[in-house]
Amino acid sequence: MEKFEKVHGVAAPMPLINIDTDMIIPKVHLKTIKRSGLGVVLFDEMRYHDHGGENEDFVLNKPAYRNTEILVAGDNFGCGSSREHAPWAIKDFGIKVVISTSFADIFFNNCFKNGILPIVVEDEHHAILMDDAHKGANARMTVHLEEQKITTSDGVEITFDIDPHRKHCLLNGLDDIGLTMEKDHHIDKFEDHAGQARPWV
Amino acid sequence: MSPKTLYDKIWDAHVAHEADDGTCLLYIDRHLVHEVTSPQAFEGLRMAGRKVRAPEKTIAVPDHNVPTTPDRVNGIENPESRIQVEALDKNAKDFGIHYYPVHDVRQGIVHIVGPEQGWTLPGMTVVCGDSHTATHGAFGALAHGIGTSEVEHVLATQTLIQKKSKNMKVEITGKLQPGVTAKDITLAVIGETGTAGGTGYVIEYCGEAIRDLSMEGRMTVCNMAIEGGARAGLIAPDETTFEYVKGRPHAPKGAQWEAAMDWWKTLYTDEGAHFDKVITLRGEDIAPVVTWGTSPEDVLPITATVPNPEDFEGGKVDAARRSIEYMGLEAGQKLSDVEIDTVFIGSCTNGRIEDLRAAAEILKGKKIKDGMRAMVVPGSGLVRLQAEEEGLADIFKEAGFEWRLAGCSMCLAMNPDQLQPGERCAATSNRNFEGRQGRGGRTHLLSPAMAAAAALTGRLTDVRELM
Repeated sequence: MEKFEKVHGVAAPMPLINIDTDMIIPKVHLKTIKRSGLGVVLFDEMRYHDHGGENEDFVLNKPAYRNTEILVAGDNFGCGSSREHAPWAIKDFGIKVVISTSFADIFFNNCFKNGILPIVVEDEHHAILMDDAHKGANARMTVHLEEQKITTSDGVEITFDIDPHRKHCLLNGLDDIGLTMEKDHHIDKFEDHAGQARPWV
Repeated sequence: MSPKTLYDKIWDAHVAHEADDGTCLLYIDRHLVHEVTSPQAFEGLRMAGRKVRAPEKTIAVPDHNVPTTPDRVNGIENPESRIQVEALDKNAKDFGIHYYPVHDVRQGIVHIVGPEQGWTLPGMTVVCGDSHTATHGAFGALAHGIGTSEVEHVLATQTLIQKKSKNMKVEITGKLQPGVTAKDITLAVIGETGTAGGTGYVIEYCGEAIRDLSMEGRMTVCNMAIEGGARAGLIAPDETTFEYVKGRPHAPKGAQWEAAMDWWKTLYTDEGAHFDKVITLRGEDIAPVVTWGTSPEDVLPITATVPNPEDFEGGKVDAARRSIEYMGLEAGQKLSDVEIDTVFIGSCTNGRIEDLRAAAEILKGKKIKDGMRAMVVPGSGLVRLQAEEEGLADIFKEAGFEWRLAGCSMCLAMNPDQLQPGERCAATSNRNFEGRQGRGGRTHLLSPAMAAAAALTGRLTDVRELM
């Protein structure tokens, strides 16, 4: 996986709360057997008209936000299904950071597996970042993972928390499976023990 | 020893390794797999030259994509759907995992097949690349949905990297009123907590009204724990659980059954164990409910009216306004005046035999409203067979329902069963998101009995009026 260090780019505002995974990527696009190429259908039903063609009012279709790398979203972002197609589409579009006051659990996990940094901030910080995101393409936000710090276009600095293990994996682009396989002897030992304690499993 | 919750006990029994920062490798007892969220995971294994570590603990079944009309014996018409199902056929064979292909009578929705075949047992850890894995928590199993990267991780290592969640207790005291079901309980709880209220928690449901539920009702309750944002929902196993599990094809037998029972009977929350959050509802206060908006938290009793967005606070004002517009409703409109076009009975929430019985009870000897499109999609081939043997299929067909083959069907519309834009559906499924049942489709979530009542009258209806 690509290493995640710092993002300096356009932030787009999506204040709507409870943006679910069906909005992020509708089921019609889940029929792929690949991970790539889903960026064009990110937010499909909001982004395109029923009869085809772009909806000019949708934030990511506005000229200022076409190269968005940071999404500032409303509360409970990513609720609903476990589909990893949601972060795949976000990543493929070019978004590397999503900021909200809360995320749905499975979506939050899925982001880290794909080199996307989901950041939870307090309401008051969220309001500052949302305002900044509304300023458009000339107002670039910076997200610095090592320092756990977001800097707005006005230079306001907001720090954030992140699980140390997840931070380490993102910074170094580490693959979870490889890391776990290094602990194979622990899994073997557990299986021996559990096999005796609960042979019916 | 300090008192433990049921979640603590199952968690502790499955930690294969704990790092200094509390990150654990949690051992997984059952891994359920379906065709939509697994192809990229198997591809990942192949590219890295890895095997499935415990194929005997891995069970696959196609459900999301499969058509539910009888002509599916001729193959799946949609090429992309067909490729996904064929990929699962091949992956199951290549990696040597248990498999129920489309033509097997035991095929069905993965969360119905697992318990039905006895794969799901108390005290287990169960995962699947599907958020409704929470269903299996009804057995006192720690069960939750995972993404495709985690599917690959479990296939390769039989573990998940996890940190422990917090404990939440949801107690439903007393008895339910007539016409009120497990579906009403679970929707009422989400109405109380909101869809983010459970985020970061594992819920344990308890109380007399939960104890009184059958296993099937308990599965309905736990199924929608995810809709409240919780990682998993749990119900402590009891005689009802053991009775359900006993004799199922993959349940333990003989001496192993006795040994399992000895452990299963210890799976309850100790007196005085700590919960980080407690919610209590009185069973008597729960009414038959329906959803009015596009989030499962948009729940009201059927006797209520569509709310006014201005009555909400914060971001919910705009969200409610958007929902009401999308749903084509007006604030102040009586929910029981809302006319519907389609009724869908099925899904991993309400596609089991008792759900079909409850709907058939209301429909018996009656006809659905003229022009109504109504379908019943049993949750598995075995549920379908049983319903035919019990005469339920005839009741549905005589009432004017389509009698379908097993699959996820119109719950998520990845298959030919979909709503048209603007079409309004009374559905026993679990999500009323925008476009969930088809682009522009409008979904009202409710219980099977309420869905049957709506099919008869052509509008959202208080089932108690027909009882």
